[in-house]
Amino acid sequence: MPDRTVLRVDGLDVHAGSTPLLQDVSFAIDRGERVGLIGESGSGKSLTALSVMGLLPEGLGATGDVRLAARTPAEHNLLALGERALARMRGDGMSMVFQEPMTALNPTMRVGAQVAEVMLLHRTRSRRAARERAVELLEQVGLPDPAHVARAYPHELSGGQRQRVVLAIALANDPALLICDEPTTALDVTVQATVLDLVVRGVEARQAALLFITHDLGVVATVCERVLVMYGGRIVEAGPVQDVFGDPRHRYTQGLVAASDLSGADGRRERARLPTIPGSVPPAGRFPAGCVFRTRCAHATDVCATPPPWTPRGEHPAGATAYGYACFHPAGGEEDG
Amino acid sequence: MLLRVAHRLTVLLVSLALASVVVFAFMRVLPGDPARVALGVNASEEAVRALRTQFGLDRPVLVQYVDWVGGLLTLDPGVEFLSRAPIGPQIADRLLVTAWLVVSAMLLALVVAVPVGLWMALRHRHWDGIVLSGLSQVGVAVPAFLAGILMISVFAVRLGWLPSGGWVVPAQDPVGFARRLAMPALSLALVQGAVLARYVRSAVLDVLREDYLRTARAKGLRPVQALVRHGLRNAAVPVVTVLGLQLATLLIGAVVVERVFVVPGLGSLLLDSVAKRELLTVQAVVMVLVVAVLVINFVVDLLYLLIDPRLRTGAR
Repeated sequence: MPDRTVLRVDGLDVHAGSTPLLQDVSFAIDRGERVGLIGESGSGKSLTALSVMGLLPEGLGATGDVRLAARTPAEHNLLALGERALARMRGDGMSMVFQEPMTALNPTMRVGAQVAEVMLLHRTRSRRAARERAVELLEQVGLPDPAHVARAYPHELSGGQRQRVVLAIALANDPALLICDEPTTALDVTVQATVLDLVVRGVEARQAALLFITHDLGVVATVCERVLVMYGGRIVEAGPVQDVFGDPRHRYTQGLVAASDLSGADGRRERARLPTIPGSVPPAGRFPAGCVFRTRCAHATDVCATPPPWTPRGEHPAGATAYGYACFHPAGGEEDG
Repeated sequence: MLLRVAHRLTVLLVSLALASVVVFAFMRVLPGDPARVALGVNASEEAVRALRTQFGLDRPVLVQYVDWVGGLLTLDPGVEFLSRAPIGPQIADRLLVTAWLVVSAMLLALVVAVPVGLWMALRHRHWDGIVLSGLSQVGVAVPAFLAGILMISVFAVRLGWLPSGGWVVPAQDPVGFARRLAMPALSLALVQGAVLARYVRSAVLDVLREDYLRTARAKGLRPVQALVRHGLRNAAVPVVTVLGLQLATLLIGAVVVERVFVVPGLGSLLLDSVAKRELLTVQAVVMVLVVAVLVINFVVDLLYLLIDPRLRTGAR
């Protein structure tokens, strides 16, 4: 694992009993790199994040290799670590912001104490310094009158303010990896932009790696440099945001980009039909063998019944899994000759 | 916060006033002249009239009510019709006995139910959690008096380890006191403990599903740490509700268990007074029970405010 790599996931499989939920998920994130993970609901984005954090729900099992270079070099496979060792890394070397800010904070504990707790827990600061640092962090995430907010209870704050507090908690110990799971989906559009900006500034200031989960392509385009496209528990395409969105190869990505492109509907008098991907995401574990997208793909042929190999599209510092696709009949291939 | 406390206090005082009217009115509405009832059918008309005059039963109802409430407020509910024994000291003695019984039963239930409930919640998918949960269901279904009778037949009659009933004052004979307290307290605690454990279990299971517990895990707390630091205080709200209800139930339920174990508590006094047709004593005991229940509810309300800051402002 190269020095600059913070997180490397290799051949991650997640299953509930005999039902596979994630298959052969592989990717790496470098220091200071901001990577988006997109896909429809049920594609396995959150499971990927929870596997890295070691917070999979009871009853789900994960195999593969997940390595994190944070405080210590990436000597251990996180999936093989015990709860005690993993707990030491959570909130310190890696941290996570969840989707629903309204319920993410303990309603019976003051906000400042909840921020300070993560520093006391990992002994990164003394009791007094942690309290002072908590107020500083609240100020950094743009909360007005941070000393007052620190003494408030979560119910006295709005959703956007609470998500800033959660972000302050996640950044408190200067993690090497920050995972955000749809952090702005539950927020007002006007608040979204500021929170996204805070996320980007937070990881930039710390040279942290960012894994940003969303289903909103616009959000990925503003926050991330690189994107992973997930469908049916597999990564089907990866690469720099501009290339993947501007010139998608995988047929699923192509559909996703088309469905997100509202320029056709803009400014016209007649109502243009919004493009959609035909069919719907099958329930977990019911994806077809071979290419997971072939049942909804207009280009599928018999060969798609076998798993499509990963086709690298170009060189990328983060490795072969960083830029490429898994499709037998890629889009844009005609021009390439 | 202060406003909330003042509000709850007002509710308490109004309830107390209403309760006193209801208790007083109810006893007066009962058929039969209290003096006649107390003296029996063979008493002469003069004797009945004398008793009525003496206890002021011939005065207007409103005057009697004010007089009665005044007596209660000065902790002097009067004397018995026949023996002329003052009612106040009797109630105080009996209340102390019942308080011993109820408080020790509640503490016993609490000490057992909280850890057992926690265990049932944390192990709800494992065999031991399921077995405990099943046992607690059985505990809920057994009435306290039946548990008491079973215990007497085993520990007092067959094994002879404990006296089957009676009471001594703790200062007089601490060991004898404890031996006599054990079975009645245990039989009351059994049912309450089982109910309480089930509530603790479901409250903890609810909390375990909360997002903020996942946040706590993401901070680096191990599962049990996260539950203790972030879950228990939140789980306490529904548990305190049940605790309050249970204390009230115990107070009333003690009446039956006191009968089984021949314990001279408030319940025994109530039943005896009813049998002797001592209207004033019955009224006073009922009022004491009502006050106790209302005060328990008041304290529970205050505890809510302490536990959950959201309730202090009424916001969600």
